[in-house]
Amino acid sequence: MTLDDKKRVLREMVLHRRFEERCYQAYIERKIGGFLHLYPGQEACCNGVMEAARPGHDYVITGYRDHVHAIKCGTDPKVVMAELYGKETGCSKGRGGSMHIFDVAHRFMGGYALVGGPFPLAAGIAKGIQLKGGDEIAICFLGDAANNQGVFHETLNMAKVWNLPVLFVCENNQYGIGTAIHRSTAVLDQFKRACAYNIEAAQCDGQDIDVVYAHAKTAVDYVRSGKGPYFLELMTYRYRGHSMSDSRGYRSREEEEEWKQRDPLNILRDRLISAGALTMDEFTQIEKSTDDYIESEVIKFAEESPEPNVTDLEKYVLA
Amino acid sequence: MAEIMYWEAIQRAHDEEMARDPLVICMGEDIGVAGGTYKATKGLYEKYGEKRVMDTPISEGGYTGLGIGASFLGIRPIIEIMSVNFAWLAMDQMFNSAAKVRYMSGGQLTAPCVFRSAGGTAHQLGAQHSARMEKVFMGIAGLRVVTPSNPKQAYGLLKSAIRSDDPVFINEHELMYNMKGEVPDEEYFHPLEGSEIARSGNDVTLFGYNISVHWCLKAAEILDKQYGISAEVVDLYSLAPLDRAGIKKSVCKTHRAVIAEEDEAPVGVGSEVIAILNEECFFDLDAAPVRVHSALVPQPYNHKLEMAAIPDHEDVVNAVLKLFGKA
Repeated sequence: MTLDDKKRVLREMVLHRRFEERCYQAYIERKIGGFLHLYPGQEACCNGVMEAARPGHDYVITGYRDHVHAIKCGTDPKVVMAELYGKETGCSKGRGGSMHIFDVAHRFMGGYALVGGPFPLAAGIAKGIQLKGGDEIAICFLGDAANNQGVFHETLNMAKVWNLPVLFVCENNQYGIGTAIHRSTAVLDQFKRACAYNIEAAQCDGQDIDVVYAHAKTAVDYVRSGKGPYFLELMTYRYRGHSMSDSRGYRSREEEEEWKQRDPLNILRDRLISAGALTMDEFTQIEKSTDDYIESEVIKFAEESPEPNVTDLEKYVLA
Repeated sequence: MAEIMYWEAIQRAHDEEMARDPLVICMGEDIGVAGGTYKATKGLYEKYGEKRVMDTPISEGGYTGLGIGASFLGIRPIIEIMSVNFAWLAMDQMFNSAAKVRYMSGGQLTAPCVFRSAGGTAHQLGAQHSARMEKVFMGIAGLRVVTPSNPKQAYGLLKSAIRSDDPVFINEHELMYNMKGEVPDEEYFHPLEGSEIARSGNDVTLFGYNISVHWCLKAAEILDKQYGISAEVVDLYSLAPLDRAGIKKSVCKTHRAVIAEEDEAPVGVGSEVIAILNEECFFDLDAAPVRVHSALVPQPYNHKLEMAAIPDHEDVVNAVLKLFGKA
């Protein structure tokens, strides 16, 4: 990544962070319903991988913590927010909500609420790519806890048997809902599990986007060149709870503070400042203009959009 | 019109659709090199190769989800689940992904995949392998359920299912693969919705689907010859959606109804048909509708117990005679 690229990505990461924090506020105001799973702390994961891939061309699928992945693929933040507000203008027409963001035009194949559910779907998308003969890859972002589902093992096995162009990205944020990984998982290093299926794998720091990018580049190139599946584990941390109903009583504030010392936005910001490519004033200005954009366009669009028509209740059930 | 077997009809539908469209694939356990447990995919591996005829590992949840994911890209997978009791393992993907993706994406993604599976009581297969599960599938929004009772339907329903943009579950029967019947020589597409009058009659409607259509037809003959009762047999080949209008029309003519299913009674096809009758033609009924169904037991291994657990044509006859106060 050039310094210009990194500056652009920093701007995007600020948008991702502020978007999610604004969702938190909208949820408190009861503008957003249902379950809401936020991404702050993990921004370098999605951004680092997708900078190495081709957003909008490669197929991306993920779990319920999905807003940022969609936006990174090219989905307009306005239609993501409108979806969270349950509006007809939302990307899923208000039928999906936070956990079901979809934008097929940008090849964001959806967020799914069943832990581990997207594993075989991702392999299937890769099978589709293989049959159609394109050079796209399928990228499956899921958390560490998903790896304890049976379909994780079934999918990794099939992906290797059929040499499918699929990149599994494990965002290891150390917790499955409120259960720490060491209390639920026999092998703490997730990338080691891939070796059981003879799949290439690596683990790296998920807070430093340069590190994520470098590892993702290797992984993406490997998959795209037809060598088969790859498993990349990114060590990261979510600042907020699993969802909005989670008060994080299962972990210490000291632990949270420790991780915040290695905040992905700050790491990139400070690196750009050291390189002379950014000033602190400029960064503050980016944050301010991002907040203005979210308020004056994203929230405004969601607020002013119409709700779905009740007479359309049964639309979209069958083709 | 040639007479062919049920499995041959299914194989022919596969073959024609795979020859026409390179995006049609089939997948399942033993369906390729081994040719399929019920021969439904015989010869396809040799013809279309391992990329399109996929012998899957024994991982029902995984490969079903993989087929669904492929269908998101416009691939038309025909996913065989060898024996329907294995489908419990695949239901997460069938119900949570395939059936719901169109709705929860606001119409952006559809899962145009076909799930084929054999159910029913065959020959002493015991509690797990003798499962009938159509009632589990028919209550899921976003999923079509069809169940062919003869080779013509088996051929035409599969052809239509492959071309459909909806996920379709096809419920076959282990005892029917060798059943012979006429199938049109020219290409034929059976509608995925509706019902068929398999035999016309005036005094009572016998509702069946899949194998129970044959009990109903046999019962109708006995009722006609021995008791002078004219029974209409309605083949409910589509269980989701059920043909509300067709069910109503026949019972408004005959005023009596018996529903025969191999499945257990609770939350079943019979319950649904009776609910429809209550809603649609309660005042046209001359008697309370009756269900003929299996005992609510895990299917026993012992052959005598097994036969006692499932109904047959005699049970249908007896149910009708009771309706007429003759038993």
